[in-house]
Amino acid sequence: MDLNTIWFLLIATLFIGYFILEGFDFGVGILLPFLAKEDVERRMIINAIGPHWDGNEVWLITAGGAMFAAFPQWYATLFSSFYIALFLMLIALIIRGVAFEFRSKDESPRWRKFWDWAIFFGSIIPAFLWGVAFTNFIRGVPIAENFTYVGNFWDLISTFSIIGGLVTLTGFILHGAIFLSLKMDEKLSERATQFAKKIWLPNLIIVVIFIVETYFFTDILQRLGVNPGFVPMAAVLSLLAVGWLVANKYAGWAFIVNSLVIFFSASTIFIILYPRVLVSSINSALSLTIYNSASGPYTLKVMSIIALIFVPIVIAYQAWSYWVFRGRIVRDENSLHY
Amino acid sequence: MEDLVISLSRWQFAITTVYHFFFVPLTIGLGVLVAILETIYVRTNKEIYKEMTKFWGKLFAINFAMGVVTGIVQEFQFGMNWSEYSRYVGDIFGAPLAIEALLAFFVESTFLGVWLFGWDKLPKKIHLFSIWIVAFGAIISAFWILVANSFMQAPIGFVEENGRLIMNDFGALITNPNVWVQFPHTLFSGFTTGATFIAGVSAYHLFKKQREEFFTKSLRLSVLFGFLSVFLVVLVGHTQGQEMVKTQPMKMAAAEALWDSEDPASFSLFSIVDEKNKRDILSFRIPGVLSLLSYNQFSGRVEGINQLQARYEQLYGPGNYIPPITISYWSFRIMVGTGFLILFIFALLLYFIIRNKNPFQYKWSKFLPFAIVLPFLANSFGWILTEMGRQPWVVFGYLKTADAISKNVTVGMVLISLIGFSLVYASLIGADIFLLQKFAKDIGQPGLDTSEPMDFWEKGE
Repeated sequence: MDLNTIWFLLIATLFIGYFILEGFDFGVGILLPFLAKEDVERRMIINAIGPHWDGNEVWLITAGGAMFAAFPQWYATLFSSFYIALFLMLIALIIRGVAFEFRSKDESPRWRKFWDWAIFFGSIIPAFLWGVAFTNFIRGVPIAENFTYVGNFWDLISTFSIIGGLVTLTGFILHGAIFLSLKMDEKLSERATQFAKKIWLPNLIIVVIFIVETYFFTDILQRLGVNPGFVPMAAVLSLLAVGWLVANKYAGWAFIVNSLVIFFSASTIFIILYPRVLVSSINSALSLTIYNSASGPYTLKVMSIIALIFVPIVIAYQAWSYWVFRGRIVRDENSLHY
Repeated sequence: MEDLVISLSRWQFAITTVYHFFFVPLTIGLGVLVAILETIYVRTNKEIYKEMTKFWGKLFAINFAMGVVTGIVQEFQFGMNWSEYSRYVGDIFGAPLAIEALLAFFVESTFLGVWLFGWDKLPKKIHLFSIWIVAFGAIISAFWILVANSFMQAPIGFVEENGRLIMNDFGALITNPNVWVQFPHTLFSGFTTGATFIAGVSAYHLFKKQREEFFTKSLRLSVLFGFLSVFLVVLVGHTQGQEMVKTQPMKMAAAEALWDSEDPASFSLFSIVDEKNKRDILSFRIPGVLSLLSYNQFSGRVEGINQLQARYEQLYGPGNYIPPITISYWSFRIMVGTGFLILFIFALLLYFIIRNKNPFQYKWSKFLPFAIVLPFLANSFGWILTEMGRQPWVVFGYLKTADAISKNVTVGMVLISLIGFSLVYASLIGADIFLLQKFAKDIGQPGLDTSEPMDFWEKGE
């Protein structure tokens, strides 16, 4: 395996980690106004992700940094061509992050309501946009010679990419609902489970539509064949299993298997892409690949050594932080932190 | 139209960066100070230090969130608005950014979560360990981003291949002499910012005679820490100026409004220049002092703007290589001026503390809280000088700012994002200041030290 492939795998890992982790806290943010009936419940819900959302978001920041370092042409082309979409995502992430910190620091109901909706919109916008973005990666965007993007914002919007957005949106809501059924006290946990049951079927239907569309709008047939192989199959089968696990209230298993759904689905996208990183809809020869968009071998080598040392350390202490805050959130004013 | 895209993108970069850098130095400084307070608490087991840790820690957390979210824009905008720059130097510039995320952002955010939510869940020592990790994370983050910035100021450790810069010496990148003056200067400025903040808030309460033990202890710690820090800022700043004369003489010439080379070179006390016609409208200069600053002696040639312009035209072809002089000149003076003012204030307070006299018996002490804004001015203008003084280059000697722009980005796109970001930044700073002043004034329930009015200073006069 060459260094370019290793970096492709590493960036794929960072994005998959990001979707599994931030996926549930996006879902929790979206569910916040609907599941909670009173202020103490809203605080319980926020407390469930309070210690983690920021660490989860760093997976994205690191993925961005890794793209910049290992595949600067990919980073430059992607970020400039998805300009308006990224701008919307940044605004959403800004108000969301601040909202978590600010909302409980003033008693006024208007203040809290404002930030609760900031959390909602700050979660729903990126949850949708990520699906749009990844659909466009495989569908292709108008890239001409010298990696120059010749389209505009509207070229990123199609029925296919909107369905893709709905896949991540409903998927993350399901993920968040399952997470809350695992973390909340009995009353709230029950409500979260009911919500997970309700969102599961729409999520499944949208996923199926997306898969069908994939055969029309991408070159998946040439790349993977009619039988796409283990990974995409595993994604669908795990999603079916999640439905059963949620219905039978195996919250812990449901969360693990739904994380596998995200793992297998996102992996499928990266398998379709490889070795390309951004497909050109103008001419496949103009696509960005892990070779024509990469940094020099020296940079890749230095960065590989650093990643090899530090990625396991990061995973270890993040896992430890989840272990510290294991267990359900207690409905008790005094034990809830802000 | 392209000119307009460039100016709007530059405005957006400047606004985002200056805004982001309101929060970063305060995070760096408060992080270390809160960690010191918690260390004292764990060692002495005195409740008041726990209370102090929580009080200043809450202000730290409010500020931290703002630093994080503006930092994401900071990382993304290189690709969004400056994609030609990203293509040209990504091989080198991307590396420290990725390392920063991997080594610093992960520990900062994970351990801050653990610290904020883990008061009752963790053994004291592990909780203390968490805040030290957060504080070190912020410092490591500063180091790597300055490795990246130093590359733009004094490029090193690369070769040019197929129209791109390719890294060939990572060691050179991190031992860049520019980093090793810029990093300590920024680090100690951060310490100064945190210390001034604590000292200013404490002064506010001490003047009002509120919670005197709590705030006297805070004041003493912050004044000692702040005095040492700002002293080091000045010391390193002097070395940094000497480094600048070597690597970016044009920046120094602009900062000094020095039109023609001089030996010994004079220091400008007050200059108003006519940039268009390249002449002074008004100028008072002290002979020899610029040579002294540059070389630690009263002689030595410091190059002037006109000679450098001529030399750069020979080196890089025709063009204007003169940065905005008025901005560089005044940024330099505001930075240095506020820096020395902070040094003076800390020295004054230190004098009172050493003599154990209460400065809050004097009316002028009412104005001490306003000193909180001084480091923010110094930090912002320091960066404005660093970045504006490098113009027209984005990577000195290799890539001009005008050539660094994203080719597909239109005026409309930048306008939307510029207005959008500015509106969000403006409303958030409002909310941030509202919360900071609310919690800085909130001295809580009658605490351990308010039962009896106490005097922690020797009875004066």
